[in-house]
Amino acid sequence: MSTTPAAAEFKKEATTLSKDLTHRAFIRGALKKYEVARDSKKARFQDWQQARNAASEIKWQAINHLDTHLADFARNLEARGAKVHWASTGEQAREIILGIVREKKAKAIVKSKVMTGEEVHLNDALEKAGFEVVESDLGEYIVQLRHEAPYHFVFPAMHLTRGQISELFTKELGTAPTNSPEELTMIARRVLRNKYITADIGITGANFAIAETGMISITDNEGNARLTCALPKTMITLMGIEKVLPKLEDLALFLPMLATAGAGQLMTGYNTMYGGPKQPGEADGPEEFHVVLLDNKRTSLLASAEQRDALQCIRCGACLNVCPIYKNIGGHTYGTTYQGPIGAVITPKLRGLQEWSHLSFASSLCGACTQACPVKIDLHHHLLQSRRDARAQKPVWWEKLAFQGAAILFTNAWMFDLGMKLGRIGQIFHPLIKGTPLDPALAWTKSRELPKVAPETFREWWNHRK
Amino acid sequence: MNERENILGRIREALSVPAQKPGGHDHASEKPCGDCASKEARPVTAWLPLVGEAFEEQVELFAKNSKELTTDFRLVASEEELRACLAEIAQAEGWKKIATHAGALTGEAAAALGLPVLHTDGGYDVCELEQCDAGISACDALVAQTGGVLVTSQSAGGRALSVLPPHHVVLARREQLVPDLTAAFALLKAKYQGAYPSMISFITGPSRTGDIERILVLGAHGPKKLTVLCV
Repeated sequence: MSTTPAAAEFKKEATTLSKDLTHRAFIRGALKKYEVARDSKKARFQDWQQARNAASEIKWQAINHLDTHLADFARNLEARGAKVHWASTGEQAREIILGIVREKKAKAIVKSKVMTGEEVHLNDALEKAGFEVVESDLGEYIVQLRHEAPYHFVFPAMHLTRGQISELFTKELGTAPTNSPEELTMIARRVLRNKYITADIGITGANFAIAETGMISITDNEGNARLTCALPKTMITLMGIEKVLPKLEDLALFLPMLATAGAGQLMTGYNTMYGGPKQPGEADGPEEFHVVLLDNKRTSLLASAEQRDALQCIRCGACLNVCPIYKNIGGHTYGTTYQGPIGAVITPKLRGLQEWSHLSFASSLCGACTQACPVKIDLHHHLLQSRRDARAQKPVWWEKLAFQGAAILFTNAWMFDLGMKLGRIGQIFHPLIKGTPLDPALAWTKSRELPKVAPETFREWWNHRK
Repeated sequence: MNERENILGRIREALSVPAQKPGGHDHASEKPCGDCASKEARPVTAWLPLVGEAFEEQVELFAKNSKELTTDFRLVASEEELRACLAEIAQAEGWKKIATHAGALTGEAAAALGLPVLHTDGGYDVCELEQCDAGISACDALVAQTGGVLVTSQSAGGRALSVLPPHHVVLARREQLVPDLTAAFALLKAKYQGAYPSMISFITGPSRTGDIERILVLGAHGPKKLTVLCV
C-alpha cells in the first residue's frame, strides 16, 4: 500500500493502542454500559426495524430533494428574522463567523457541541483572531482544557478516567482533587455558569433542520445548548447542508431514534427547536440569530452514485460504539473529525481519497456498523467501495501483478496442484527462516501462526477415494 | 459571488445522477428501505413505544417514565393541593427567592408561597434569575410516551426560566397530557397556527451528563431537579 503521512501515523497509533490492554478494557467497559441501556430502550419500540425503515426512507427522500428542502428552510427561517449564510468551504464558514464576531466586538464566546466547528477548525480561527472561546458540553470542555480533539463525536472524553479529569481540573482550574464524578461535574458547572452569563456570542451546531417551518433542532442532555441559545445576545449555528428534514413531525420519529441509537436513552434530556431570534413579546433570547450552512464537499458525497446514502447520517455514533476496530484502536487514532465506520466512509470524500483511504482498509467488514445504523446506511459496503475507488484511481503495481498471478494460478488446475505440492515441501523448511527478514510471510508471522497446508488437497482425496 | 447559488447548483448537478438506495448495494445485508416502508403507509406511532388509549394508562406511563428519569411527578386533586405541594417543596429546600411568569396556574401558586418573586415576562436581569432557587413554569403538554414536558418561549416564561435555576417546577393540567410525540407536534401546529414561538423544547428529566466514565450525574448545567405537578 502506498503510504501517506496520515496512513503512517494511523498505523503507528493503531499498533500502539491495540496493544494497550488497559485502554481497551476501559473503552470496552464504557461501551458495555451503553449497549445494555440501548438494548433495553430498543426493546420498548413496538418495531425497531420498521422504525429504521421509516427513518431511512425519510432521510433518503430528504437528501434526494435537498435543493428544494434547503431553499425552503432558508426562506422560512429568514421570514422569522434569522440570517442565513451559505459557505462552500470551511474557510468561508470561518470567515462568515469571524465577521459576525468582529462586528459584535465580542469579548467572550460560549459554544455548545458543534462537530462542524471541529471540522472547519473554528476554535483555532477564533482564538487566533484574539477571541476567548469556551466549550460548554462537559466532555468537550474537558478535551478543550487538554488541548486535544474529541475522542468520540458523541462522547468526547470517554477515554479519560475520573483521576485524569481531577488532575486536569487541579492543574487548570486550581480545584481540590476529587474522585467523585459528581463533584467534578459540579466544578465544571460552577465555572461554566459564569461563562454563559458573560458571553456575548453563543455558537451551536444542529442535529436537524426543518424545511417546512424553518427551524433547527438541537439535542443535548446537560442543558448547555439550552443556555447557549438563551443568554448570549447573538446566536450562531453552524450546520452541514445534509441536516434537513421535510416536516416538523418527522422529529417524532427521529428524536427517539437518535436518543436510543446514540446514547441508549428513550429521549435525550433536551430536544429544542429554534425558529428565529427572540420574537416580539418573548421574555428573552438572542437579538440576532445567524445560521451558517456548510457544504465543505458534502455535495461530492451527494454526487456519488454509490455512497450518497452516507449523507443520511444523523451522527448518533452507534456505528462507533459497536465497531471492533474502534474499540481496539480508539478514537484519536483515526485522526479525523468523525471517527469510526462513518468517519472511515465520509473522510475520504470530504478530505481526499488517497490520503484517507487507509481508514477503509482498517475494517473487519463484520457489518456490525450497518446493523446498528438507525438510518440503514450501508456502511460496510461503503468501506469496500472506498477501497475499490482508491485502487481504481491509483492502482498499486505489485498488487495488480499479484492478483494477475493469482488469477493464472487459480484458473489452471495443474499449476494449483503444483503450488500445493511446493507449499507442502516449503512448510517443512519454513521454521528455519520463520520470523527472520528472509521469511516471505513475515508480515503475517510476526504476530500469528501460519496455517498448515493440508497433507492432501480435496481434488487428490476425490481422485483417490475408493 | 453568490454561494447560495453555487451550493444549490452543485446539489442539483449531484442529484442529476441517480444513486443507489441504502440496502440496494451489492452484498448489502439489509433490504432496501423503501420496499418495506412504502408498502405500509402506517403512522410512526405504530413502531414507536406503545402508549395506551385511556387517560389512566397514559398517566401511569408518564409516572413510570418520570420515575426512571428521576423527575418528581405528582398528580394532585385540586389547585389547593397543588399550592400545598409547592409550599412543602419550598420549605423542604429552603427556597429564598423564586422566578416565574404570568399564567393561570403559575401566578397564583407562586404568589401563595409568600417569597420574593422574579417575573421573567417582558425581560429580567439574568444574574437575578441565576440567584433564584427555583423556576416555576407552565407548559404546553406532558408527553406520556417519553415522560417529557413540552415548553415554549411563549408558554413557559422565555428560554432561560426552565433551565437556569437549579430546580424547575412545571405546573400542568390533566388535559395537557398527550399520548406521544406525534400528538405533541399536532398540538403545537393547532395551537400556534404557523406563528411558532422562537423556542420549542421537550424537557425529558433534569439536566444530566455521562461524560465522566459514562456515569450518570444530574444537574450538569441545567436544573438538578425537575418536578411536575399536575392538577
